[in-house]
Amino acid sequence: MAMQFYTSPEQIMRDRAEFARKNISRGRNVVVLSCADGVLLVAENVSSALHKVYELYDRIGFAAVGKYNEFENLRTAGVRMADLRGYSYDRRDVTAASLAKAYAQTLGAIFSEQTKPFEVEICVAGVGASPEADELYRLTFDGSINDEPGYLAMGGAAEQLVEVLSEGHDADAPLADAFALALRALSSDGGNGTRRELTTDVLEVAVLERARPGRAFRRIEGLALDALMPRADDEPSEVDPDDVIGDDDPAAEPDTPDKGERPEPSE
Amino acid sequence: MTGQGFPGKLPNAYMTAGTSSFSEFLMQTAPEMLPGRRPLPPGDFAEMSAHATTIVALKTAEGVVMAGDRRATSGNYIASRDIEKVFPADGYSLVGMAGTAGLGIELIKLYQVELEHYEKLEGAPLTLNGKANRLASMLRGNLGMAMQGLAVVPLFAGFDNDAPSVAEAGKIYSFDVVGGVYAERDYDSIGSGSIFAKGSLKKRYRRGLSTEDAVKAAVEALYDAADDDSATGGPDPIRDLYPVVMSATAEGSRRIDDAVVADLARSVIAARTENPYG
Repeated sequence: MAMQFYTSPEQIMRDRAEFARKNISRGRNVVVLSCADGVLLVAENVSSALHKVYELYDRIGFAAVGKYNEFENLRTAGVRMADLRGYSYDRRDVTAASLAKAYAQTLGAIFSEQTKPFEVEICVAGVGASPEADELYRLTFDGSINDEPGYLAMGGAAEQLVEVLSEGHDADAPLADAFALALRALSSDGGNGTRRELTTDVLEVAVLERARPGRAFRRIEGLALDALMPRADDEPSEVDPDDVIGDDDPAAEPDTPDKGERPEPSE
Repeated sequence: MTGQGFPGKLPNAYMTAGTSSFSEFLMQTAPEMLPGRRPLPPGDFAEMSAHATTIVALKTAEGVVMAGDRRATSGNYIASRDIEKVFPADGYSLVGMAGTAGLGIELIKLYQVELEHYEKLEGAPLTLNGKANRLASMLRGNLGMAMQGLAVVPLFAGFDNDAPSVAEAGKIYSFDVVGGVYAERDYDSIGSGSIFAKGSLKKRYRRGLSTEDAVKAAVEALYDAADDDSATGGPDPIRDLYPVVMSATAEGSRRIDDAVVADLARSVIAARTENPYG
C-alpha cells in the first residue's frame, strides 16, 4: 500500500457519503408500497431489458436505484443467498429480514472498507398474509437499514415522493388505487411542483401478489399495464391539482373523481 | 484489500458475476451439498436406500403427461406405499425419477432450484433443450455413486414454448446413468416396471391423444406394470392411493386432480375385473 497523507476518518466517510449521495440523486425514482392485493413495486425506467425491480424469492422482491452493475451484483448475491438457504432448510425459512440484514452488512463493509462505496439504494420487500405483515426495508449505500412499513421511495426525489405517498397511502386500497398513487408520486418530481406525464414505456411495474401461493412475484407489462393505467379522461383531474405544492387538499382527493369503477377511496 | 475476509460481508462467491447455475454456485460455496461430491467408501450400497419404481410419460396433442406409481421398495419389502416420484420441474416441465429414492428426490429438489435460480438471475427461463441438458450434466456428477449401486435415472418432459406449433410442443427426454440424453419420439417409461408399461403403451398409444385420454393411458400402463412387476404399486382403493399424474401444456405444468385420477383408476379396476387382460 502506498504512503498516504493523514486524512481524518470523518473526512473520509463524509467524502464517500457525499460521493454516493450525489450519484444516487441523479437516478430516477422507485416507489414500493403495500396494498390490499400485495406489495406493489413501481420504477421509472426507460430500459425494458435492464430492470430495477426483481424477484428474490417466493414472497420477496427487490428494487434498486443507482449504478446498475452494483445493484445487479447485490441482487445476484441475494438470489444466491435466498436459494441456498431455501434449499438447505425450507422455503419458508427465507425471510426478507435476513436478506435485508445480509445486504446491510455487505453494504456497510463495502462502504467502510473500499475506496469507492456502492452508489446504490435498495429495497427488500416481503409480502405477508395481510398488509400489516408486509415488510419493507430500505438500505442505503452505507449499510443503514430502515424498516419502512407501508411505503417507501428511493432515488433523487425520494423526499418529495414520500410526501405524496404519505398523504395518499392506504394499506387496504386495491392494487389499481395503489398504482395510481405510485404514479402520482413518481410524476411529482418535475421540479417547482410541476408534474410530468409518465407513460407505460418508461414504467416498470411488478407486484408481490398476496393471494398467489408459492412464487408471488409477477411483472405487470404490456396489456396488463395498459389496463392498470388511469384512463385518459381521468387524467385532467389527476394532473392539475395542487397536491405537490399547494397542498391544502389531501393527495387522495384527486383520485376520487374516477369513473366509479372501484368503490374506493373512502376519504 | 478486497472483501474476502472482511467480517459481515457476503463472501465473494456470492457477488461474482459469471454463472447463473445454482449447482455451480454450490460447488464453490458448499460442495458437500451436492450429492455427487460426497466421498463414499468402496463397496456396493444398492440396499442402503429404497428404490423408486415406475414412471411413464406420453406426448399429447396439448403437451405431455407424466405419471408415477406410489411404491418404493427395499428388496422384497415395501418401503413406502405413498411416495411421490413425479414433480413439476418448473412452470412448463415435469420430472420423475426411478432408482435410489433418497438421491433421486434430492436430485429433483436441486434441479428445481437450479431452474428457478437460472430464471431469476437471467430474467428468462432456459429453453426446454437447455433444461434437459442441464439435468444430464447434473446426473454426470453422480456417476461414481451410480457405479456403487446408488443409481438414479430421471425422466424429463415438458411443453416447449419455442416449438413451431402446439402439436409439436410436447417433448420427452430420457437419460442414462452416465448422463446421456435421449429425446423420445412418442412415449417413454423408466424404472423396474417400465418394460410392462411400455408394452401397454405400445398397444394403447396413438399420436395426437388429448390430455384426458393420455392420463387414462398412463393409468392403464401403470396398472399393467404393477400387474407384472412386484416393485410397482397398483391403484390402492383400500388406502385411497392412486398414481400421481401431471401434465405440462401451454397453460403450464399442473397436477391432475387426485379425484379425477382416482375415478379413472377405479374404472380401470372395474374394467379389468370384467376382463383381466385389458
